[in-house]
Amino acid sequence: MILVWLISILFIGGIIAWLSERVNPYYPRLIALITVLLDLVLMLSLLGAELATGGWVAGIDAAWIPRFGISFYLAADGLSVLLLLLTAFLGVIAIGSAWDEIKDRAGFFYFNLLWTLAGVLGVFTALDLFLFFFFWEVMLIPMYFIIAIWGHENKNYAAMKFFIFTQVTGMLMLVSILVLAYFHYIQSGFVSFNYHDLLTVETYGPLEMWIMLGFFIAFTTKLPSVPFHSWLPDAHSQAPTAGSVILAGILLKTGAYGLIRFAVPLFPEASMTFAPFAMTLAAISILYCAKVAFAQVDIKRLIAYTSVSHMGFVTLGVYAWNEQALQGAVMTMLAHGLSAAALFMLAGGLQHRIHTRNMLDMGGFWAKVPRMAVVVLFFSIAALGMPGLGNFIGEFLALLGAFQANVPLTVISAFGLIFASVYSLWVIQKVFHGEFVNSEFDDSHLTDLTHREMVYYAAMMIGLIWMGMYPQSFLTLSQPVLIDLISSAEGIVTSVVRN
Amino acid sequence: MDITLADLIPLLPLLITTGTVVVSMTVIGIKRDYGLTVAITIAGLLLAALSAAYLMPSTNLQVTPLMVVDQYSLFFTVVTCATAMFIAILSYPYLANLDDHKEEYYLLLTIATIGAIVMVSSNHFVSTILGLETLSMSLYGMVAYPVHAEKSARFSLEASVKYLVLSAAASGILLFGIALVYAQTGTLEFTSVVNVPSITEGLGDGFTIAALILVFVGIAFKLSLAPFHMWTPDVYEGSPLPVTTYLATVGKVAMFVVLLRFIEVSEALAFDSFILVISFVAVASILAGNLLALVQSNLKRILAYSSIAHMGYLLIAIVASYFVQGSISVEAVTIYLVAYVIMSAGAFGVASVVSSSEQEFNRIEDYQGLFWRSPWLAAVFTGMLLSLAGIPLTIGFIGKFYIFFAGVEAALWVLLAVLIIGSGIGLYYYLRIVYCMLLAADIEQGFEVSIGRNISSHAVLAFLFVLLGRPWYLSNAIGDDH
Repeated sequence: MILVWLISILFIGGIIAWLSERVNPYYPRLIALITVLLDLVLMLSLLGAELATGGWVAGIDAAWIPRFGISFYLAADGLSVLLLLLTAFLGVIAIGSAWDEIKDRAGFFYFNLLWTLAGVLGVFTALDLFLFFFFWEVMLIPMYFIIAIWGHENKNYAAMKFFIFTQVTGMLMLVSILVLAYFHYIQSGFVSFNYHDLLTVETYGPLEMWIMLGFFIAFTTKLPSVPFHSWLPDAHSQAPTAGSVILAGILLKTGAYGLIRFAVPLFPEASMTFAPFAMTLAAISILYCAKVAFAQVDIKRLIAYTSVSHMGFVTLGVYAWNEQALQGAVMTMLAHGLSAAALFMLAGGLQHRIHTRNMLDMGGFWAKVPRMAVVVLFFSIAALGMPGLGNFIGEFLALLGAFQANVPLTVISAFGLIFASVYSLWVIQKVFHGEFVNSEFDDSHLTDLTHREMVYYAAMMIGLIWMGMYPQSFLTLSQPVLIDLISSAEGIVTSVVRN
Repeated sequence: MDITLADLIPLLPLLITTGTVVVSMTVIGIKRDYGLTVAITIAGLLLAALSAAYLMPSTNLQVTPLMVVDQYSLFFTVVTCATAMFIAILSYPYLANLDDHKEEYYLLLTIATIGAIVMVSSNHFVSTILGLETLSMSLYGMVAYPVHAEKSARFSLEASVKYLVLSAAASGILLFGIALVYAQTGTLEFTSVVNVPSITEGLGDGFTIAALILVFVGIAFKLSLAPFHMWTPDVYEGSPLPVTTYLATVGKVAMFVVLLRFIEVSEALAFDSFILVISFVAVASILAGNLLALVQSNLKRILAYSSIAHMGYLLIAIVASYFVQGSISVEAVTIYLVAYVIMSAGAFGVASVVSSSEQEFNRIEDYQGLFWRSPWLAAVFTGMLLSLAGIPLTIGFIGKFYIFFAGVEAALWVLLAVLIIGSGIGLYYYLRIVYCMLLAADIEQGFEVSIGRNISSHAVLAFLFVLLGRPWYLSNAIGDDH
């Protein structure tokens, strides 16, 4: 029941925030903050909860559309809880980053923000595939509004591209879900969209590969991975800061979550066959997007491409499909959620101050904004994988696991770490070192980080250091889930092989 | 054959609408009163819809050889009557300032609805043709209705003549096809064309296929399926908005119901080549409709092309019906048709509400900033457009879901792929309108939005909006029926 509350609090909070704008234009942000904090507190209570049967912390299963055997089935295990916490935490951060930036139609903005978060929470907890698809699409529309209304100069193009990419690939997933449900109908005599029911379906033949690809394409578009990544740089560079935070920090993780929870366990055999291709795509993502990132002059586009590159490690880890690799993928999701969100906030903060994202116009900012420079340096170093910080743990584990599955691709992917150092340090050098140039922009608003901003960045820094220094507290939560997923998938594969 | 009073009860909806025409004609003859005529029309159509709803659970009768009254026909009688009533309500403020006689418009509207009721209840070619011509004849008049008014749309006469000529040609093709079917089966009733009794020595399979294709082409003209869709955008654009709504909803639904019944009864899909023809038309309609809609800037034309695409989606369910056991594809057609009526009526309805016979607001730019000028209308419009695009939370998604489901069961992978591509393209032009509504409202000569001016039209929109957002009730209800 608590999961229903988590989601409905956000839905209701969104509506209240919208309406409250009429009373006072400052209420929406306050209400949004209170709503998300409330959610965060409720989620913390999940951590202490007793594990129910099957490792599920909390759940609800009610009939929804009996005609098609669709139920309102939400449940959370350790993996979901980690991602729920990440969502709520970054939700708070996103509201913080929008605090001063969004003044126009604030009520509607926070409404959309909260509804996106609600959709994401649904995605992380839905265990009925129809419900999952439903939430998958629900988080799309408010996000479209966020980019289309509060975005920058080319927002229409970016929002449209984002929507069409996700929606079309989502429809491929819908067809796959339906085929799977139909298989279940043929094999057991009733239609069901329940995750556990569908796990038992034995798909076979060439069709299995096609269905798996439906899921794979939908998830890797969201992740994103080459060749479905081209919407991301546009969406990121045009979105308002809070939109970028949500997009990079949370929305991308839904794709990774989908791969771990659905794409591989539902089709273990096809996934095994497909793994080398998926890992190759991952390696290409890592290297190609790192290279492309290096060629960018728009700072937000640069960070967007580095996101694609880092997400490559997640794909690599998932398709290596062993415990270390999966742990690495999960840790990368969490750590990248924080570091990318922080970098987008910093880029957004910079744009807010000097009204440009073009790095060629920047230089020598260290003297002007020393605090900001240090914060950027910290998160850049985190992103490039410095030991002691979360990203290192994630990428190291992912590579360690992938090494057991596929040596050549792992070796190639590892070069991504070097590229990451190059582009990260290049940004620092370009923006903060060298001569101060202000001919291209008005530097009167180039002020250092405020105390309020420092609080957000400090919170994210603590998170990253915690992940880097004592990752066990996160690994413990996700470990039983991942072991479970691996063993059930292996069980199916071996039983098929034996037959 | 003696007809007793009991035999007439199943025909109640038809009799009530006919009575409505007679009463309102008499009233107009005695004294012209715009409000009274509209009230009589609305009351009559409401009564007809209610009587059909009342008969629905219990009636399943062949009334005369021409008409069958069963749940399916009664359900669509409710849909047509209710839609016609909504359109009558929307027309009231729209036509209020027309400097010509306004009352006869409602006569035509009701007569057209009679035609539609006959069509949805027909399982005989004679009643099909009678219903179709009654519907079409009234529509010619309705399309050209504001032609004498000085300030009205300039294209209504052109639209009417275009519709008349092409419609007559289509009817000719349809009749020729019917004649060939008759030559094969020896009866004008809908009957299987596959297992023809040997007494009526037919002309052979080649002629049967030709006959079926001719019938289908005739129907495809009326449904504006590609490649027979050329007339649609022009006629939609030239007609007054409420009439466009009528053409897009009642006109299409009645024809589609006939098509579904004919194909089910005649077992026409047993011929592979016929399946091929339908599949080709479906693919052509989806692609042509969606691609051509991309380059339009007029709202009516966009919705016209989008309706072409939607009719294409529906054909997928018809093809699926041959391969699938059980009622899923009939259900899919039913749900999708209802969804289509709700969202088309809603989308055109928003345009009708802000327009009048003197000035219509059809350009996308007219709706710029509607979100901030009138959040209510913008919400309805956005809902309808997202529903047309098939986004979850709306009835349009449920329709698509059913078609996907039927298509998956029938393993129609190519058609499903085209459906996905088509929907993907469709997103672009629907979102373009939504985006325009999100822009800042800085245009000078926009329309005024005041809900008080025509409260009843807004009530219609509100009702459609509620239907839009609560799709599963419909699905569960229809699922129980079959």
